[in-house]
Amino acid sequence: MRREPVYLGIDVGSVSTNLVLLSPSRPWQDAVLWKKYLRTQGAPLKALQLGLSCIAEEGSWEILGVGTTGSGRELAGAMLQADVVKNEITAHATAALAEDPGVSTIVEIGGQDSKLIVLRDGVVVDFAMNTVCAAGTGSFLDQQANRLNIPIEDFGPLAVQSSNPVRIAGRCTVFAESDMIHKQQLGHEMGDILAGLCAAMVRNYLTNVAKGKQIIPKVFFQGGVAANVGMQRSFMETLGLPVHVPKHYDVMGAIGAAQLAKETLESQGKPTAFCGLELLQSEFSTVSYLCQRCPNQCEIVEIWRDGSFLASWGSRCGRGGCKQDQAT
Amino acid sequence: MKVTFPHLGHAYIAIEALLQGLGHEPITPPLTTKRTLEWGSRLSPEETCLPFKTILGNMLEGIELGADTVYMIGGWGPCRLGYYAEIQRIILADLGKQVEFITLEVPRGGPSQAWQRLRKIVGSTDVKSLVQGAVLSWTKLKIIDELENLSLWVRPRERERGSTSRLLEGQLQRIREAQSIRAMAKVRDRAELALQDLIDPKLTSDILRVGLVGEIYVAAEPFVNLRLEERLGYLGVEVVRTIHLPQWVEDHIFKNALGLYKQASLKRSAAGYLEGFVGGHGLESVARSVDLARQELDGIIHILPLACMPEVIAQGILPKVSADKGIPIMSLVVDEHGGEIGFQTRLEAFVDLLQRRASLCAANRSI
Repeated sequence: MRREPVYLGIDVGSVSTNLVLLSPSRPWQDAVLWKKYLRTQGAPLKALQLGLSCIAEEGSWEILGVGTTGSGRELAGAMLQADVVKNEITAHATAALAEDPGVSTIVEIGGQDSKLIVLRDGVVVDFAMNTVCAAGTGSFLDQQANRLNIPIEDFGPLAVQSSNPVRIAGRCTVFAESDMIHKQQLGHEMGDILAGLCAAMVRNYLTNVAKGKQIIPKVFFQGGVAANVGMQRSFMETLGLPVHVPKHYDVMGAIGAAQLAKETLESQGKPTAFCGLELLQSEFSTVSYLCQRCPNQCEIVEIWRDGSFLASWGSRCGRGGCKQDQAT
Repeated sequence: MKVTFPHLGHAYIAIEALLQGLGHEPITPPLTTKRTLEWGSRLSPEETCLPFKTILGNMLEGIELGADTVYMIGGWGPCRLGYYAEIQRIILADLGKQVEFITLEVPRGGPSQAWQRLRKIVGSTDVKSLVQGAVLSWTKLKIIDELENLSLWVRPRERERGSTSRLLEGQLQRIREAQSIRAMAKVRDRAELALQDLIDPKLTSDILRVGLVGEIYVAAEPFVNLRLEERLGYLGVEVVRTIHLPQWVEDHIFKNALGLYKQASLKRSAAGYLEGFVGGHGLESVARSVDLARQELDGIIHILPLACMPEVIAQGILPKVSADKGIPIMSLVVDEHGGEIGFQTRLEAFVDLLQRRASLCAANRSI
């Protein structure tokens, strides 16, 4: 059987680890040949290995290149010897632009953070990330759905049925939660409370993350939270603009990473550095410690493969790394 | 007197020389680290700004090494620096630390008041060693600034990652040891050549240039700004400083004491955006950003501690400067609760944005 040539994109986030295989030759709407959305559950190495074993089991591919993104991009990049290790803002923008070069605003809400990316004429011109608080991110929605005993999949559909959303204090997750409980005690309907929560989160996003930035169409809404139709409706109503949710909204970061790997390798004309899916057989481990060589006391993280040193980061002086080396 | 003082980048090298000239024994606290911050934070009001906490930590670590006197600068105007010294003095006294706390305030009463203040610190030191110390200290401060500026240029061009920072640190320690202007000049000349030797001769790509504006303490203290200048260097960016310590000393101490510092050029640059002094470096941040936009830089980074009032004013104005002048500006807030990963992500995304913009400009020019 002929193996299909693909680029692998990986987004290791705080809540989910996403993998996609992107075809370099097919038209864009069919280019995502395979995707996987896994929960990271605090163990990125495990999630990655699980994801890779799924690739090996679920098809026959020839991997031409690898790109990583997300907060675990360094770790994933070192483990796989990725060709491109990119921040998630650039990755999300790349994927959205590949889907529609006319996109002007990207609203991205993930598990622990939310971003706004402003584009003009196909170029990122400004961006913002949430700073002090995770209010208005996926984890909070998850937590509230859990508390109300609603599967997260039903959250959105219930919220859109509401014709009379209640007002919820959305500045802080703790206050939002106590306000929601209060509204429940008063006897408001579940759908109205959920719709009110969506509206509060959108308000919070627009006043904190999107503060002072110009939001003009075409607006893309991506990240795990984009699945929530209640959030979609709230954004459309508040902005007064149509909001487009791309087909693969939940793995746009990973798609962007794959696309960046493709662009980079094609422009350099180089083969991939990826060490191959055989690395599934390997044993990976990480060590972290405070370097004692100087008063900076950097928190150094090392990744080891089958008992041999692979990579390290966290050192400020650039020396750091490798416990063995440090002993000498 | 065994005198300790807060850190500000490599300024300790110059401060040591000044104190020696005054006949004091300098007790330089260990470089600011996590321990400094944790110790300082534990004893500081929660809502105060980050510099207050690291500075208090420096004092505590200096006292731990045997200092019996603390020097701290004071301030005036609508910035919290004005009350730093007083509150830190009270905190140290409450802890039962037996130290003399001396606040060095820039006198605003003209030359005669300046002289009165100066006499108080000087005490019985003879004039000759005082002048010698001051000259050595001033020269050191200037050489440190020169070498640091050169390394900002070299770092994005270096062959081996980290070599610039290592060489710079070694050479600055030799400046620290040097006891004469001639010896310092020698070190400086050799260091300049050695730094230039680190450049990769095969480098062909254009280097992005990013200006740095913001609050002076967070801009100049590498622990507090998460080594911003180095991070940018490693991302292939040449940093252009707008805050130079010798310049600051000249403006805010010498000229101010003589009543000559009028901020006229700052007000001219910031005209239309901010019409006067708002405390701290708020006016500087706006004015310097306008100046940088004229110098054809690729972008500007504005750094500030969380809840810094003057810089928050600047932060609100800079998007307008950015839009008018067509130069990307990113404000970065530092805080003891902030994460390094988010900081790095923002820097990388900003550099990507600048790179893409620069390559489009180049493509447009060639058409």
